[in-house]
Amino acid sequence: MLTLKQLVWTAPGGGKVIQGIDLTIPDNKLVVITGPNGGGKTTLAKLISGLEKPDSGQILLDGQDITDLDITERAKLGISYAFQQPVRFKGLTVADLLELAAGQTLSEQEACSYLIRVGLCAKEYINREVNATLSGGEIKRIELATVLARHTRLTIFDEPEAGIDLWSFNNLIGVFQELQESLNGSMIIISHQERIMSIADEIVVIADGKVGLHGPAEQILPQLLGHDPGCDQCPMKEILYYGGEQNE
Amino acid sequence: MNDITKEILKDVSDYSGDDYQYAYNIREDGCCVGRQSTDNIKIENKPDAPGLVIRVLPGTKGERVSIPACVTHGNVDDVVYNDFYIGEGADVLIIAGCGVHVSTGEPARHNGIHRFFLEKDAHVLYEEKHVGKGNGTGIRSIDPVTEITLGENAELEMDSLQLGGVDRTLRQTSAVVGKGAHLIIRERILTDGDQEAKTDFVVEMQGEDSSVNLISRSVARGHSHQAYRSRIIGNAPCSGHSECDAIIVDEGTVDAAPELLANDVDAALIHEAAIGKIAGEQIIKLRTLGLTEEEAEAKIVAGFLK
Repeated sequence: MLTLKQLVWTAPGGGKVIQGIDLTIPDNKLVVITGPNGGGKTTLAKLISGLEKPDSGQILLDGQDITDLDITERAKLGISYAFQQPVRFKGLTVADLLELAAGQTLSEQEACSYLIRVGLCAKEYINREVNATLSGGEIKRIELATVLARHTRLTIFDEPEAGIDLWSFNNLIGVFQELQESLNGSMIIISHQERIMSIADEIVVIADGKVGLHGPAEQILPQLLGHDPGCDQCPMKEILYYGGEQNE
Repeated sequence: MNDITKEILKDVSDYSGDDYQYAYNIREDGCCVGRQSTDNIKIENKPDAPGLVIRVLPGTKGERVSIPACVTHGNVDDVVYNDFYIGEGADVLIIAGCGVHVSTGEPARHNGIHRFFLEKDAHVLYEEKHVGKGNGTGIRSIDPVTEITLGENAELEMDSLQLGGVDRTLRQTSAVVGKGAHLIIRERILTDGDQEAKTDFVVEMQGEDSSVNLISRSVARGHSHQAYRSRIIGNAPCSGHSECDAIIVDEGTVDAAPELLANDVDAALIHEAAIGKIAGEQIIKLRTLGLTEEEAEAKIVAGFLK
């Protein structure tokens, strides 16, 4: 279980992006965090995975205070973070990255199994470099495969829909549904997408650096869809715009 | 053959001892300490200079020739001239490793001048591995000169690797690429400490539909310095591409000066170059997979030079 207590984070320019967030992510649940662009969703993901340190507040993983742990230490405790913009590496192959993620040498069959799960033809990709020749959809799937290879207890996906085409997105939904069924830990997906929210167990709405709404998906989703799309602060506006903008 | 040569051979050559079935010549401190020709690959002394003449008969397929050169102590300045004549339609692997070992304060140098003449439809994969070894403070230098002449539809792939220990290197490669011929060069260099590496390519595309693809990746650590020069000249309808990527770590420095000359309206020449430190996001990504910052950097560098 992940618990956030009164988290506060201020941007280098002085803007208070996270303004006292209290949140609990239960075990074996898929929780979607949504909300308007600039509301603090990606910052929250970075705070959980250690890419940013909070000004104040606490982050607890299974009761252990991890607030002062760095990225590597948190990763070793079982936190995985799939980037909104996956990183490219000249020279490192897909197989290299999967082995680094798994923390051990993988047989070709094992490595390929992760690629197959994210809908990639394993033989075609296993020895490819993770470089700029990969499309947005391809690298996103490889990013997901690396996270799968880690088998960690808390996985955070930051806008998995960003930068991929509609066809790839439809397949991604299937990947997440499969993940949900085999989930051995918690999964947080930051997303604007109604279809992703519709497979969530819980939905959290973050706006202006605070938790606006939080509850079971079947309660929260109708409220989001029922909002007036003309309202400036309304997440509904972004749900209707397929994909939303990449932010933060 | 002395023990240091045996150690160097493990790093730079595929020579496996008396049971090695391919053609080879092992050079130790300027002398030949082992040689074997085969039915299709003949190795002879060069009549007018120290070095070898290596002839691969037309149509030879699937064979290789290994010509490692080892300098095993200081106060040696070894210069060797090796000529390779590759017959029409042959397809062979050539391995030309070089190691310089210094255990004193005296310098040691190997200067190999290799000339390749590929006839029509010949194909060569040329592997060149360079290492510097030993605890001595003497400067270890390796200064290879490679001259390539590609006949019609010939293809030469050159894989050049220097992953440490060499204090000074000046690598000069020139090529004349004929009609329909292709030249592919992949160079990887790692320097550290106060080492210096200079690399200089000149490729002339003389024949219609000729091509060159020149890929250089380098890492400069410590206070080391690397300089990259390339000059691709398109004198015919041809395609040329060069790519120079360098990572600088610590106080390392790199300068790159690629040059393209198109003397034909149908010469399509492209150059890409990038120099910089390891991207912070790459290190962060690998840290999210559980690696420390040092481990992440080592993996990124190793992958880059793989």
